[in-house]
Amino acid sequence: MSQYDVQADDLRKTYPTGRGKPPVHALDGLSFTVEPGTVYGLLGPNGAGKSTTVKILATLSRADSGTATVAGVSVSADPDAVRHRIGLVSQKPSSDPMATGRENLVLAARIQGLNRSDARDRAGWLLARFGIADAADRLVKTWSGGMARKLDVAIGLVHRPRVLFLDEPTTGLDPEARAELWAEIGRMTGEENLTVLLTTHYLDEADRLAHRLAIVDQGRVAVEGTPDRLKAELRGDVLHVELEDEAAALRASAAVESLAGLSAVLRDGSSVRARSEAGARVVPAVFACLSERGIPVVSATVARPSLDDVYLRYAGRSFASTDAPEAVAS
Amino acid sequence: MSALITHSTYLSMRSVKALVRQPLFLVITLIQPMIWLLLFGKLFESVVRIPGFGSGSGSFLEFLTPGVIAMTALFSAMWAGTVYIADMQRGVMARLLASPVRRGAMMNGTLAYQSLTSLVQTVIVLVVAVIAGARFDGGVVGVVVTLVSACLLTVICAALSNAIALMARQQEALIGISQFLSLPMTFLSSAIMDPSLAPGWIRTCARYNPLDWAVVASRETLLGSPDWSLVWPRLAALAGLAVVMAALATRTFGAYQRSV
Repeated sequence: MSQYDVQADDLRKTYPTGRGKPPVHALDGLSFTVEPGTVYGLLGPNGAGKSTTVKILATLSRADSGTATVAGVSVSADPDAVRHRIGLVSQKPSSDPMATGRENLVLAARIQGLNRSDARDRAGWLLARFGIADAADRLVKTWSGGMARKLDVAIGLVHRPRVLFLDEPTTGLDPEARAELWAEIGRMTGEENLTVLLTTHYLDEADRLAHRLAIVDQGRVAVEGTPDRLKAELRGDVLHVELEDEAAALRASAAVESLAGLSAVLRDGSSVRARSEAGARVVPAVFACLSERGIPVVSATVARPSLDDVYLRYAGRSFASTDAPEAVAS
Repeated sequence: MSALITHSTYLSMRSVKALVRQPLFLVITLIQPMIWLLLFGKLFESVVRIPGFGSGSGSFLEFLTPGVIAMTALFSAMWAGTVYIADMQRGVMARLLASPVRRGAMMNGTLAYQSLTSLVQTVIVLVVAVIAGARFDGGVVGVVVTLVSACLLTVICAALSNAIALMARQQEALIGISQFLSLPMTFLSSAIMDPSLAPGWIRTCARYNPLDWAVVASRETLLGSPDWSLVWPRLAALAGLAVVMAALATRTFGAYQRSV
C-alpha cells in the first residue's frame, strides 16, 4: 500500500505520428506523488503531457513504461479496482445532453453500484450542493456551459471517489462561472476528504486551487513544490520591460545584463525580464542604461513574481509565447 | 454477470429515454421504408408476372415486405455507431471507460436498444403493408420469425457500425463506410427481386449475405407453408453471426483506447 493517493513513477508514452515522421514523446519520464486529501496541480501548456498523464492514471490509456498507482492500486495490474475509486472529469463535457441533470447523476451513481434510493439521495444532494437543483429536471442540452460543467464535476463525485481527476475543469468558461466552480471545487475537496489531481494551463487556477503543483514541460516535471515556495524561489521582484521589437529586446537584454542589482535576465519575444532584489529602485538605472544606447522602452512594470515567472524560469519560455526564446543569462 | 446485465439495462434505458423524447427520429427512419414499400410496391407490381418469379402466387407487395423490413433493420442499425461517436466527442465515452462499466455492457446496451427500435419498425412496416393490401398466410409464426430475424440482422449491423465507430472515430467516416456497405448488401440479395431471375453470381453473393438470410427466413414463414430447411439454417447463421459480431465489436474498445 502506497502512502500516496497518486504515485506516478517514470511514466513514458510515445504516440506514433505516421510514416517518416518521428514519434511524439508525450511523456518522457514523468514522476510525481500526491498526498491524500490534497489538491495537486499539473501545470503546463497544451501538449506538455498533462492530459496523457490523466488518461494513464484514469485507466483510459496505458504507459509504454513506468509504474503508477492510484488509491494504492496499480493502474496497469488492476484497472477495475482503480475505476471504483476514481472520478474523471475530462476536458470535454461529459454529461448526456439528451437526459436531465438528475438522470445523468442517477445513471452515473447506479453504474458505480449505488442502489436506487442512495443514487437518488446522492444526486439530489449534489444538485443542491452545486446550486443546479433548479435546472435538475431539464435536459442538459438546455443548460449553460457553466452549469453543465458543474454537473460534470458532480457526476465525477457521485460515488464518493477517493481520487478525482479534473482535466482542465474551467477551460472555455466565462470568468464568473470559473470563479464559482473554483469555489465549489475548493469546498467539496475540504468536505469529502478527497484527493484531487488537477490539470490546467491557467496559472491563476493552479495558484488558487492547488496545495502543490508540478510544472510539466515536454513530458516531464520541470519543477515541483507548493505555489508559494515556487514563487519564493524567485527572490525579489520581477522587472518586465517591453521593447519595440525582438531586435531591440536582444540589444536591451545584452545592455542591462551587467547592471548591478539585476539578475536572471531573460529575453522572451520583444520583452525582457529580470529579477531584482531592490525592486523599483533599479528601474531608473535600467531606463538610463537603455536611453544611453538609444533603445526606446514601450512599457516597464515591477511586480511580485507570478507562476508565469516560475514557469519561464524552469521551462525556459513563457506560457504566452509560442516560439522558443533563449535564455540570455541567469 | 449480473453487473453486465444491469449495466446493459441502464445504458439501453438511457437511449430509450432519448428516443421517447425525440419520437420524430423514429418517424424519420420510417419514411424511407414507406417509400420503398408503397412506391416500389406499385412501380414493380407487374414483375410478379415474369415467368419463374417467386412461387408464382401472391402480389409483389407481399414479396417485397420482408425485403423492406430487412432493409429498414439494416439502414437503421448502420447508424448505431453515431451514438458512440457523439459520446467520444463529448467526454461521455471517456467517463464510462474510466468507470466500472464493462465494455460488454456498453456494447449490449446499444445493441438491445437498436433491437427494440427494430421491433417497433418491423411491426409498423407489417401493419402498413397489410393496410396497403398485403395478406400474409404465415400468421403468428411468420410474424415471430420476421421479428426475430430483423432483430438478429440489427444486432449484426449495429455491432459492425459500433466497431467502425470505435476504429474510425469520425462521423463522416462511419457514414461513408455504412453507405458503401448498405446498398450492395441490399441489391445482392432477394430483398426486392427474385434471385432466380438474376445472374448466378448474384445468387452466390446472396447466399453469404446476412440481409438475404433475414429476408428468406421472413419471406418463407410470412407467405405461409414455409420450407423449414431454408429457414432454420438461416436463423442459426444469423444468431451465430450476431454473437460473433457483438464479441468482436466489444474487442474494438481496446483499439479505441490504444488511440486515446
